[in-house]
Amino acid sequence: MSARAPASDEVHVEVVHDHHEAAHGSRRGYITGFVLSVILTAIPFWLVMAEVFADSRVTSIVIMAFAIAQILVHMVYFLHMNARSEGGWTMMALIFTVVLVVIALSGSLWVMYHLNTNMMPMSPGDMRTMP
Amino acid sequence: MNSEHNPIEAYPHWWRLLFGRFTLESLPLHEPIVVVTFAVVALGGLAILGALTRYKLWGPLWRDWLTSVDHKKIGIMYMVLGLVMLLRGFADALLMRSQQAIAHGGAEGFLPPHHYDQIFTAHGVIMIFFVAMPLVTGLMNFVVPLQIGARDVAFPFLNNFSFWMTAGGVVLTMMSLFIGEFAATGWLAYPPLSNIAYSPSTGVDYYIWALQIAGIGTTLSGVNLIATIVKMRAPGMSMMKMPVFTWTSLCTNILIVASFPVLGAVLALLTLDRYVGTNFFTNDLGGNPMMYVNLIWIWGHPEVYILVLPAFGIFSEVTSTFSGKRLFGYASMVYATVVITILSYLVWLHHFFTMGSGASVNSFFGITTMIISIPTGAKIFNWLFTMYRGRIRFDLPMMWTVAFMLTFVIGGMTGVLLAVPPADFVLHNSLFLVAHFHNVIIGGVLFGLFAGIYYWWPKAFGFRLDPFWGKVSFWCWVSGFWVAFMPLYILGLMGVTRRMSSFADTSLQPFFVIAALGALLIACGIAAMIVQFAVSILRRDQLADLTGDPWGGRTLEWATSSPPPAYNFAFTPMVHDGDAWWDMKHRGYERPLQGFKAIHMPKNTGAGVIIAGIATVFGVAMVWYVWWLAAISFAGAVAATIIHTFNYDRDYYIPADEVVRTEDERTRLLARAVANAPAPAQA
Repeated sequence: MSARAPASDEVHVEVVHDHHEAAHGSRRGYITGFVLSVILTAIPFWLVMAEVFADSRVTSIVIMAFAIAQILVHMVYFLHMNARSEGGWTMMALIFTVVLVVIALSGSLWVMYHLNTNMMPMSPGDMRTMP
Repeated sequence: MNSEHNPIEAYPHWWRLLFGRFTLESLPLHEPIVVVTFAVVALGGLAILGALTRYKLWGPLWRDWLTSVDHKKIGIMYMVLGLVMLLRGFADALLMRSQQAIAHGGAEGFLPPHHYDQIFTAHGVIMIFFVAMPLVTGLMNFVVPLQIGARDVAFPFLNNFSFWMTAGGVVLTMMSLFIGEFAATGWLAYPPLSNIAYSPSTGVDYYIWALQIAGIGTTLSGVNLIATIVKMRAPGMSMMKMPVFTWTSLCTNILIVASFPVLGAVLALLTLDRYVGTNFFTNDLGGNPMMYVNLIWIWGHPEVYILVLPAFGIFSEVTSTFSGKRLFGYASMVYATVVITILSYLVWLHHFFTMGSGASVNSFFGITTMIISIPTGAKIFNWLFTMYRGRIRFDLPMMWTVAFMLTFVIGGMTGVLLAVPPADFVLHNSLFLVAHFHNVIIGGVLFGLFAGIYYWWPKAFGFRLDPFWGKVSFWCWVSGFWVAFMPLYILGLMGVTRRMSSFADTSLQPFFVIAALGALLIACGIAAMIVQFAVSILRRDQLADLTGDPWGGRTLEWATSSPPPAYNFAFTPMVHDGDAWWDMKHRGYERPLQGFKAIHMPKNTGAGVIIAGIATVFGVAMVWYVWWLAAISFAGAVAATIIHTFNYDRDYYIPADEVVRTEDERTRLLARAVANAPAPAQA
């Protein structure tokens, strides 16, 4: 983790920082990102509307996969993230975020699954008729 | 206002259109305690407003403080907010302790159960969100830019806005005391109790909107400080040369940015349940209240470390400074902090072992909880080894640090005890748990914040705090803490549950009386602290710190004057060593006396106050179902934000001759300090 310390006084002030920053992306990059996003949105829409898969569970898993691809497209083409940007800080932030999201989601699923298995959820109606 | 009939029915249609569900019955005129409090608060408020007008202070207040984007002033405002709210939160604590001391064996005490429920809820919410968080954020705001040799934070306007959003949350919480009521659900507002079916009144809505509005501020200040630490360190300050307080601040802000969105999301889901009738957390129709508990602790456990990590940073700075030694095991301290940051996301279920997710899940989270005590223990050893063979000076910050080590270790051990799931089944929701988390939050976070306040006060204001009253306060606080909470450990082991407003068993009463006496001791501690602030301000000339380095400090904040000039450093310092200022002093650093240039700085703006003010109005409108006002204020906040983006007049230059004047003044002060000192201060 090497630090790149600011060399001039100017980065100490937000406004100056904004104006001096070089343009991030090219028109070509934005158009590519936009087209990819549209395609990645259109396909799941079509999958649902045309009922391509008989099993709705398959459909939802495929849509999830497209959603992840969509996130990646946004990160690369709109947020201009790559392994080198900002001296690797964005990559590290991304890895940290992914780890935490995975912990939170998989942990919640695991916890709630065991809860359901152990505690046998029932409706209030059932509960009232319990012996 | 938990009356069976709904008073709004009696009001005409136009009233409901105009004022939503607000009725004259919403004013708690029938509760004498609240009415007297309101009278006192109103008189105090009028006195302050009168004084501001009398001494023509409105202009300076607005120009120099409310609209300021200076990180030091915003930090001080956070500290003032936190200390004022400490008084409110502690008043709640005194009410609870005295109620529990007298309500035994048929006696009902002076607080009806519904009011008592609101008091313990408000106590928890205020102490965590509006005392601990502002104090922690305030210290980070004040200290971090100085420690890394920067002139302000990365986004100065955002910093001002964050503060005012936090203040907006405070306004909503305080409002609930006098208009309507506060949540009576416990500080995390678990459903189904917090759902509309069981809490139809305004209480939970005040809770939701106060936390949402303050939460936006907290998240944004987290983003701000991360950017500041990552991007704005002085040249030469690599990550592993950062002061430990900056390191812990970085980790805390990463935790804030990663976890507060979870709180926002879970509160939004609860809001949907309450406002539009969804069923995320209801008992039936597919809802699952335990999902709320699960999600809110995914935020809630990191929150504990958000509070305590900066305190660990403060102890590291204080121990090293007052032992006159480099911190023992700097690298291990950093790694321990980072490990705690990650592990704090893997332990949340230990808050609800009893939910019933079974042995495998419980043992996983029990073990991760025990593991997290290892890096924490490593830190304790690092501080002890720093003190070992050091020349320890027992000034107030060091006294608080030692008190912390003794107190916090006990709290940590009871924590590991609670981490054992079978033990937790016995102790869950008992006063043992209450004693445990007060032990770590008072003994860890609050003692740390006090150490920090005493340590950095001279830097902020240019004079030290009076040691005599500080010691009175210290001994009252520390002994008061032990007297107040040890009986709760015993009661908890005996099986007494928390949040009870009265007890049938009179044999418990002596323990509660002792605990109430402890709370009185703490009250003396708080009073002594206020006296200390007053005495120190009156004696500020005798206590003045002319050098800017009253403690023989090691990090960069002590390189500049006390209080620092608006631009912090006339020249950005060059860093060659972890203890940068110590290193500079030892290499015979000469303060530059000429060659000053104009300094580019961010300009004050009122946009933060205005947008946060509109957001607060939005919160009030949502609480009372005043839909027209909610729509207007929401649109207004968005519009004000957009308008602010067109404000390009955001920076200015401090002219070179003003810098020269400021620096010459410092030269004079330093000369006076040398003349006053009978012998050299220290090596």
